[in-house]
Amino acid sequence: MGLLSTLRLRRLRGGWLRRARAAGRDLQPVCDRTAALHPASRLLFCTLRNERARLPWFLQYYRDLGVDHFLFVDNGSEDGSGGWLADQRDCSVWTTQASYKAANFGMDWMNHLLGRHAHGRWALVVDVDEFLVYPFCDTRPLPALTDWLDASGIRSFGTLLLDMYPKGPVSAQPCVEGQNPLEIAAWFDSANYTITRNPQYRNLWIQGGPRARVFFADRPHEAPALNKVPLVKWQRGHVYVSSTHMLLPRGLNLVYDTQGGEKASGCLLHAKFLDTLGTKAREELQRGQHYGQGREYHAYARGLAEGADLWTSWSERFINWRQLEIMGLMSKGSWA
Amino acid sequence: MSAELGFVMLVHDGLHRTAQVARYLAESGSPVVIHADARTPATDFRQLQTALADLPDVRFCRRIACEWGTWSLVVAMRHAARLMLDSFPQVRHVHALSGVCLPLRPVSHLAAFLARNPDTDFIESVSVADVNWTKGGLSAERFTLYFPFAYKRQRWLFDRAVTLQRALHIRRDMPEGLAPHIGSQWWTLTRRTLGAILDEPAAPQIDRFFKRAWIPDESYFQTMARVHSRQIESRSLTLGKFDHQGKPHVFYDDHLQLLRRSDCFMARKVWSGADRLYAHFLSDRPDAPAVDTEPQPSRIDRHFARATQQRVRGRAGLYMVSRFPVRNRENGKTAEPYSVFQGFTEMFRDFEEWLSAVSAARVHGHLFAPHKVEFAGREKVFAGGLSDSASLRDYNPRAFLTNLLWATRGERQCFQFGPADTQGRNYDLLSFMASDPNAQISVISGAWAVPLYRSGQRAEQLRAEAARLQRIETAMLGVLRSPAAHARIRIWTMAEFLENPSDPMHSIFDEIAPHQQARLIQMPELVDMQGFGAFLQDLRNQGMQPVLMGDFPLGVTDPAPGHRIK
Repeated sequence: MGLLSTLRLRRLRGGWLRRARAAGRDLQPVCDRTAALHPASRLLFCTLRNERARLPWFLQYYRDLGVDHFLFVDNGSEDGSGGWLADQRDCSVWTTQASYKAANFGMDWMNHLLGRHAHGRWALVVDVDEFLVYPFCDTRPLPALTDWLDASGIRSFGTLLLDMYPKGPVSAQPCVEGQNPLEIAAWFDSANYTITRNPQYRNLWIQGGPRARVFFADRPHEAPALNKVPLVKWQRGHVYVSSTHMLLPRGLNLVYDTQGGEKASGCLLHAKFLDTLGTKAREELQRGQHYGQGREYHAYARGLAEGADLWTSWSERFINWRQLEIMGLMSKGSWA
Repeated sequence: MSAELGFVMLVHDGLHRTAQVARYLAESGSPVVIHADARTPATDFRQLQTALADLPDVRFCRRIACEWGTWSLVVAMRHAARLMLDSFPQVRHVHALSGVCLPLRPVSHLAAFLARNPDTDFIESVSVADVNWTKGGLSAERFTLYFPFAYKRQRWLFDRAVTLQRALHIRRDMPEGLAPHIGSQWWTLTRRTLGAILDEPAAPQIDRFFKRAWIPDESYFQTMARVHSRQIESRSLTLGKFDHQGKPHVFYDDHLQLLRRSDCFMARKVWSGADRLYAHFLSDRPDAPAVDTEPQPSRIDRHFARATQQRVRGRAGLYMVSRFPVRNRENGKTAEPYSVFQGFTEMFRDFEEWLSAVSAARVHGHLFAPHKVEFAGREKVFAGGLSDSASLRDYNPRAFLTNLLWATRGERQCFQFGPADTQGRNYDLLSFMASDPNAQISVISGAWAVPLYRSGQRAEQLRAEAARLQRIETAMLGVLRSPAAHARIRIWTMAEFLENPSDPMHSIFDEIAPHQQARLIQMPELVDMQGFGAFLQDLRNQGMQPVLMGDFPLGVTDPAPGHRIK
């Protein structure tokens, strides 16, 4: 881990930055309101495809949390997602028909927009089914958190991607537009996560939860990563390397304490397991645009066809951040 | 009485809050002098002036550009204090506050408190020789080194300059007669002391010295007060707590009750978006404490001390997204005490059922059995969402164990272990348990042979398996006897154990369920061992050498019948 690996990672980072610049040419602005951004604006970045039904609640959730502006990449939606977003005063939208897979699963687009618009600002990068929860999020809005991170000299904020699921078969309860998906996908696994450290990028690699339990029990090493660093004080030259799991420079991945202490952290509540997933899984399999030959979606499609129920008598029902904090899925750190 | 108490405010941003606080103080009858950083945008400053234009006792002093940790802050404070003393001759005490301070009690309460202590200077002032709370490693060196670089903006150069000066043994001398003291900038001084500091006759020399010190705003008044004050009470009347890095804790809306019950006069630092706090404390409060109530910051102290503890030590046995300790820095490898039994289910009939019947513990089978996790009641999923899938468990056996113990906090876990179970790479799992003071590991060595014997198969068929289990258990015993073992470990050979089974059972049981020790407990029933000695001899005859059981007589072994615990 000396000079050589530092130089190697620097070269890799240069490569990702070049890819991001190139990917910028794929993006056509539908509605660009970024000229009006304030230097302290908190930005949210998101790539989506055909998520119209989820959008109203998603925007509402993050507006309430204190996000000032949303920057979307619409990857060829056919359900009017892009147009609907363009009508929102606090949204900027770019569209592209280019391949999601070829754009490193959308991250090249995100890196491009982040580099252009997030320099010196706090940026939150999430999917439309990810809802950020952090200590005191019910009484302290996002600016309180970012102000504190700034004052403490912290540049990135780590989270666990917490898979949420309904009780009963995943397809049994429809989630209608504007409804809080967490009303249906209200359950989670509290303590079946395994962690290893990635020495190269220095991030933690977390797996487990209901997806490992139900879909990947026979090949646990293939279970999806649940470590995410979605909130970063962005600087030109930062890049996301693999989804929001890890970044370069790698110091941004050090969101954990190695000496026994707890840094402040949060959870991304992942409302993926809803009745739309079956359709989505079939569609994504046909498109073949997802990570690892879409093996995740293969597993879901198979499991869901069998009426998979992720719920067990040991499942926990989500109440609030305090519950997650007590269970050790997130931590207040010293932010009391 | 409030007119005898003046406030000097040093502000640089969030001026809408400054306007609110200054208005509140002035409308209570106290004069206010505001120093706004010269770097504050002119429009913001004009807005502040306009907002306070109707209050004759709010003044603005000459503005200078301020930088964190530098002499400029002392100069700013002196300008403000000078204007206060010159413009308001009735003022007897001056209280210093920042733009993020919030009064928690009516001004009249603080004024009455100061009137009861008319000659006391409330200023935290600790000799640098004695402080232990400076963060960043600089205490006495704040005064003896040179600091040409800005700490916040030029951190790298700042650190290098300190290192270099230490290496070269550079030292500045303290002016004669001064003993450096440091403490909170948010003091309350009497007119007499403050006036004497401002009129200091040796000022040029002293100023030159402090100009070059690090964070002089934390030491100038604190040191000079020691020269001029008649009576110092070394504490700040402003409530403020610091985290492990020396950064002030911030107050938010959810601290309202905590702040209200603290009965402190002033709090710092308050987040500028804390609308509820500002609304509550800057209004006429029917719930204000009695005027002569003494401040009680201890509850808030405990609140933040707990937070610091969590940040620095963390919760024992927790491994998560923001806590992943390196080996031996865990501050507790697992969450709670647990018991591991090796050889007991082999020796006793229905040992699991017996143990769960006589203790309040959760008794599992072989959690690390090769093909399936044997949870208590053979559940398919257990606490925390742990699955009984062996492949999931074997992917990270250690995490499986720590997860189980974390998820079942409050309930003691007992499980069976043995040489036939998953061991992890290089006995990783047992090494982990052996090094964990929470583990109680009890081993009857050689007991793995009992099921082989009871299987009814012939010795020549079992020879290879017996040799394998013995090899593994030998390695396990090596791990348990290594100097790195910190668990409560007990090891008996089968022969030793059978001599008097109730003694070992008794001591194990006392640890699991101490409150039940007075009860007379029926021992579990031993399995039938008729012919076990002959079986061992058969193995020997096949060329295998069973040793871990201890010396077994060839004939029948039968411990005294009806043995009981107590």
